[in-house]
Amino acid sequence: MSNFSIEVSGTVAKVTLVDKIDTTNAPALAEELKKLIGQNLERVVFMANDLKYISSAGLRAIVFAKQKIGQNVQVYLIGAAKEIHNVFKMTGFDSFVKIQDTYED
Amino acid sequence: MDRIDGFPTDTFEGFQLRMGKPLPFGTTLVPGGVNFSIFSSNATSCELALFNKRETKPFVIIPIPEKFRIGNVWSMIVFNLDIEEIEYAYRMDGPFSPEEGHRFNKDVFLMDPYAKAIGGRDVWGAEPNREDPYPHRARILLDDFDWEGDRPLELPMEDLVIYEMHVRGFSKHESAGIEAPGTFAGIREKIPYLKDLGVNCLELMPIFEFDEWENSKISPVTGEQLFNYWGYSQVGFFAPKAGLAATGQFGMQADELKTTIRDLHRNGMEVMLDVVFNHTAEGNENGPYISFRGLDNKTYYILTPEGYYYNFSGCGNTLNCNNPVVRNMILDCLRYWVAEYHIDGFRFDLASILGRDQNGAPMSNPPLLESLAFDPILGKCKLVAEAWDAGGLYQVGSFPAYNRWAEWNGKYRDDVRRFLKGDDGYTGALKCRIEGSPDLYQWEGRGSKASINFITCHDGFTLRDMFSYNGKHNESNGENNNDGGNDNHSWNCGWEGDCDDAGVKFMRKQMSKNALAILLASRGVPMILGGDEIGNTQFGSNNAYCQDNDVSWIDWSLMDEYADLHRFFKHLIAFRRNHCVLRHSGFFQHQDYMGSGYPDISWHGTKLWEPDFSGRSVAFLLDGKHALEGSEPDNSVFCAINMHWEMHGFELPPLGDGLRWHIAVNTGVASPEDIWEAGQEPVMDNQGEVLVGARSIIIAIAK
Repeated sequence: MSNFSIEVSGTVAKVTLVDKIDTTNAPALAEELKKLIGQNLERVVFMANDLKYISSAGLRAIVFAKQKIGQNVQVYLIGAAKEIHNVFKMTGFDSFVKIQDTYED
Repeated sequence: MDRIDGFPTDTFEGFQLRMGKPLPFGTTLVPGGVNFSIFSSNATSCELALFNKRETKPFVIIPIPEKFRIGNVWSMIVFNLDIEEIEYAYRMDGPFSPEEGHRFNKDVFLMDPYAKAIGGRDVWGAEPNREDPYPHRARILLDDFDWEGDRPLELPMEDLVIYEMHVRGFSKHESAGIEAPGTFAGIREKIPYLKDLGVNCLELMPIFEFDEWENSKISPVTGEQLFNYWGYSQVGFFAPKAGLAATGQFGMQADELKTTIRDLHRNGMEVMLDVVFNHTAEGNENGPYISFRGLDNKTYYILTPEGYYYNFSGCGNTLNCNNPVVRNMILDCLRYWVAEYHIDGFRFDLASILGRDQNGAPMSNPPLLESLAFDPILGKCKLVAEAWDAGGLYQVGSFPAYNRWAEWNGKYRDDVRRFLKGDDGYTGALKCRIEGSPDLYQWEGRGSKASINFITCHDGFTLRDMFSYNGKHNESNGENNNDGGNDNHSWNCGWEGDCDDAGVKFMRKQMSKNALAILLASRGVPMILGGDEIGNTQFGSNNAYCQDNDVSWIDWSLMDEYADLHRFFKHLIAFRRNHCVLRHSGFFQHQDYMGSGYPDISWHGTKLWEPDFSGRSVAFLLDGKHALEGSEPDNSVFCAINMHWEMHGFELPPLGDGLRWHIAVNTGVASPEDIWEAGQEPVMDNQGEVLVGARSIIIAIAK
């Protein structure tokens, strides 16, 4: 089973991340995110409630979402565990990601 | 397009391999794999060991085929590695013959000197696995980063106000009140504080990977664990210390540090690194094998004819900095930090060692110092030497500079301290230091910008302690108080150590303000020790190198008791930044070349034009029309300094053009009248004379 799934509805892409995102699956995630380019999205929402670990490569896949899908896209990170939240904050990756506990469509 | 050399040619135990590229050294990500490249001029064979993270046994040891060697470099591409989950080491075979300089041991795992990330000490102070045969573990780094347009700031040298700090000590104390205490992220959290203070350059004590457990022991006095806290002993030169990053345990120290630097730049602050190339953490012949000793001992270290280690550093060994290979490594390292981390400058610890030849003799034209001075990538970055070493070479004023190098001016520190405490006969020396030390730096066009002026730094007393202790108190270091300097030139203001007497406490603050007033009124580049602005104390320790505790962590709760001192620092830093007459890269000419009626600088005593350089009181006038050699008129500034224990009246220089003297600073009175914000300076009642209290300084501006 894949550690991520992407669901697009209208201008919102919801990306559900499960277990861990690291070098073994981050390139595939980046590949899938690439397919969202040109779909006029307004939001990319990473659902991280069941994410246990994200590595440096995983973080980079999320940066990639912001850089490649479009500067006007708002990136969300939802329900991340405190450790993951902290990694985003301490490394400054939170500057372009809205980090929230919950997300309502 | 796929490369035609992007496929494996060889296999070993299922690992796919190909001959690598010898340059760059270290690891480089290539399509589908990792290029490993390592140098040794005396090894007979080389193996690459790959480990799963934190495991003590490698999952494979790949002999690098002889056919992959070019010259003295082994390089190999290994395909399909999970780069975030592995660590790598080398093993080198070769002669063990110390008398010839060789100490090869084919059984030990050796860290890549070019490792960009190093595991093993991921969390500061976590008990290490002492059975690990590979304690400092080279990792492969994803070193991409979105700088969002940032680059080094290139502020003019003479405009800097440097703030020296230990990354951990700066914010580790619980009073720092932040989320990531003691880390790079902690500095980032405190950017608003630093910006408000007004400093524009942070000088970070060593942040390259070091082992805080090196020479660790329990204090016989306090029973506390003592660490290699300062970190002047590097394990690797290319990796930020993971234990100084909040995210070090996740391997994200590079991202964290880069983000911190980017945000400091955004707020107008440069970042200078204190770098230690004079020796390594491997110590002498009794020290551990970490890297260099087993890779190519004879290349990397200066050895005696018998094969022992020269000890010009006082730390067991001496890096062979003027060997061409070592020289290139240092250049590669500094270029890497400037290009990949946007570092603005470097302060070189015991830099005189960098000018010794391969036998240890000082050179007149040291190739390393010249290479650094003329390097293209380092072309705009600041180079600052601690211009002495532990082998007796003292080069303050004579460090080979190539018009590029500045120096920590140790004579500034000593002369100003002695003048401040009232030693007889230091007023002439004070004049010279205030003028930017022309005796030291007026040669070869170096300018006053070559002088890093400081009164306190990490090495020695804090400012508060300088006026609280006559003698050092290093007992808790466990060396019977024999460590640390004895030439502190400090004065306890009448009571040794902490004291409740209001008069003594007031005098200590007043003396601290005097020190800062002289520092910020001097030509050259001022450097402040972080924490001095809030009266931080090390409880009399002048050598806190091993104290990872309240002794060396800045106690931010002092912000209340020392609010007035903090306010004084903040406004005086602003005063220097507002008045360019105080800042210039060159020297005074002692002439009136602007036709203003006064020379650029003039010296006075209690009577105008009659300075007494044998006394304890002196005054100087900086003529505003001569500011920046006449290119940017500023207010004239008059500074009357009285370190005598009695009050004196100083005549004020007459002003034309309807100008009047306004008081900006008076260290002899209580806050808030000790310093006035820009624009708020009150006009002085008596325009002919000013009374300067005992041990006080007055700064007036004409407007």
